[in-house]
Amino acid sequence: MISANLSAIFYLISGVLFILALRGLSSPETSRQGNLFGILGMIIAITVTFLSVGNFSSGLIYVLIFLLIGGLIGAFIAYRIPMTAMPELVAGFHSLVGLAAVFVAISAFLNPDAFNLGSPGNIKLGSLIEMSIGAAVGAITFSGSIIAFLKLQGIMTGSPITFKGQHPLNALILISIIVLIYLLCSTQSSNMFWTLLFVSFLIGFLLIIPIGGADMPVVISMLNSYSGWAAAGIGFTLENTALIITGALVGSSGAILSYIMCKGMNRSFFNVILGGFGATEQSSNSQNKEQRPVKSGNADDAAFLMKNASSVIIVPGYGMAVAQAQHALREMVDTLKKNDIKVSYAIHPVAGRMPGHMNVLLAEANVPYDEVFELEEINNDFANADVAFVIGANDVTNPVAKTDPQSPIYGMPVLDVEKCKSVLFVKRSLSPGYAGIDNDLFYKENTLMLFADAKKMTEDITKNL
Amino acid sequence: MEIDPFIFRLSIFILSIFVGYYVVWSVTPSLHTPLMSVTNAISSVIIVGAIIAGLAGNANEVFNTSSIFGFLAISLAAINIFGGFLVTQRMLAMYKKKKKDK
Repeated sequence: MISANLSAIFYLISGVLFILALRGLSSPETSRQGNLFGILGMIIAITVTFLSVGNFSSGLIYVLIFLLIGGLIGAFIAYRIPMTAMPELVAGFHSLVGLAAVFVAISAFLNPDAFNLGSPGNIKLGSLIEMSIGAAVGAITFSGSIIAFLKLQGIMTGSPITFKGQHPLNALILISIIVLIYLLCSTQSSNMFWTLLFVSFLIGFLLIIPIGGADMPVVISMLNSYSGWAAAGIGFTLENTALIITGALVGSSGAILSYIMCKGMNRSFFNVILGGFGATEQSSNSQNKEQRPVKSGNADDAAFLMKNASSVIIVPGYGMAVAQAQHALREMVDTLKKNDIKVSYAIHPVAGRMPGHMNVLLAEANVPYDEVFELEEINNDFANADVAFVIGANDVTNPVAKTDPQSPIYGMPVLDVEKCKSVLFVKRSLSPGYAGIDNDLFYKENTLMLFADAKKMTEDITKNL
Repeated sequence: MEIDPFIFRLSIFILSIFVGYYVVWSVTPSLHTPLMSVTNAISSVIIVGAIIAGLAGNANEVFNTSSIFGFLAISLAAINIFGGFLVTQRMLAMYKKKKKDK
């Protein structure tokens, strides 16, 4: 058994290592080393915990067994998961952090002696407040992430689920959570504790169901943030520095990502959270659906255009992930490069279903990361490029966001795809994207629509090059 | 008067939020997905609480309600720790620079 002071120092070290793990992600070269720092920090934290408890008599073997079971499941998932399923995986992982926080809070509530928090029915007030906040946020993270997971997996409909009185009901539940925490702290009653957990699970569920599929980048980032705050709450209860530091890091990380995602859509955080986006716009759109002429082409035409280009910019979106077209795309680009055509990739911040989704898929397909550019870096280059190849993206290229103040996406930063000499747009049909609005780009003089599955079309173009 | 230890923990917490703020803004956007998976893994350091709960039972009573929740939390957090770090490692291994051709 090591002293409390010594273990506190080790927890501090592991907290610092976690900071270095995130710091490493500032560039791909340092990122792998950063990840090792993170692993080291985790090993230190776990080892110190075993040493500080020092009671190896009874529970130890079971602790190790459960650790091993979880570890094997986790490792198995990590090696088997396809890169396209990363958003679902992250949502699933968030739910586990949330549930673990709830379980730790339950253990601490039932057996406060083990954690030096007092005795059952007489827990220190400060600890009880921290514990109940940690448990409530953990429960919200859990049920919210489960819904996000189901929506991303397609088990649950990706369109918003709304009903009358939704917002007043949610507000009522949120107020009741505060009341329950107050009652729990004043009575120490276990009934209050269980009710609090139940209500928190419920609100997590209700908060996420009205949010549509393409808003998932915000939701996942937000739940990421919540999982951090839950961990921090438990960290205060356990008086554990590593947990407090980590909770704060993860909490602010998720919050920043949510902010970046909201900015990428020019929408306020509350607008996203209140949900229902996309559902209301569709009706107004169907009224003025005049038939406008569209130029459509085949793989041969596309290959001809690209062969005669000197520079091509590729704009991938969620459709590329769905069609698993990233490898086919890379092969097409390889062929283009053999013909001395300059190729770069343009990524919109909200392309895909989670922050950085497209970058991972392109990396998986062996696309070098220095050919991949963010919106601000590449937007001026469209005017000088010969061909823009839009694959699976839609709303993020819509020029309406710059021209029509009436449009629901007005003000959203978009890729200036229309400035290219010609635009190749791979899409299954003319149907509007997530925002429910027509894309003006379809009808431009210089746009050639390629109606097909993204993967098949890309392969066909490669054959024709 | 002595300062409540809670204040020290609060100070650590607030300062860590600021550290997190500046560190995360410096993360390159192309690594935002690995950022999420690694934050997932490190927030599972909550496992320390679960281990304390799991080890708390005495010899005649290894399994009580409190320790059972502890054991379950150990497994959940372990899935995240191993899954999170390994999948991050897998993703980061894919980020490669352009090969100098010619």
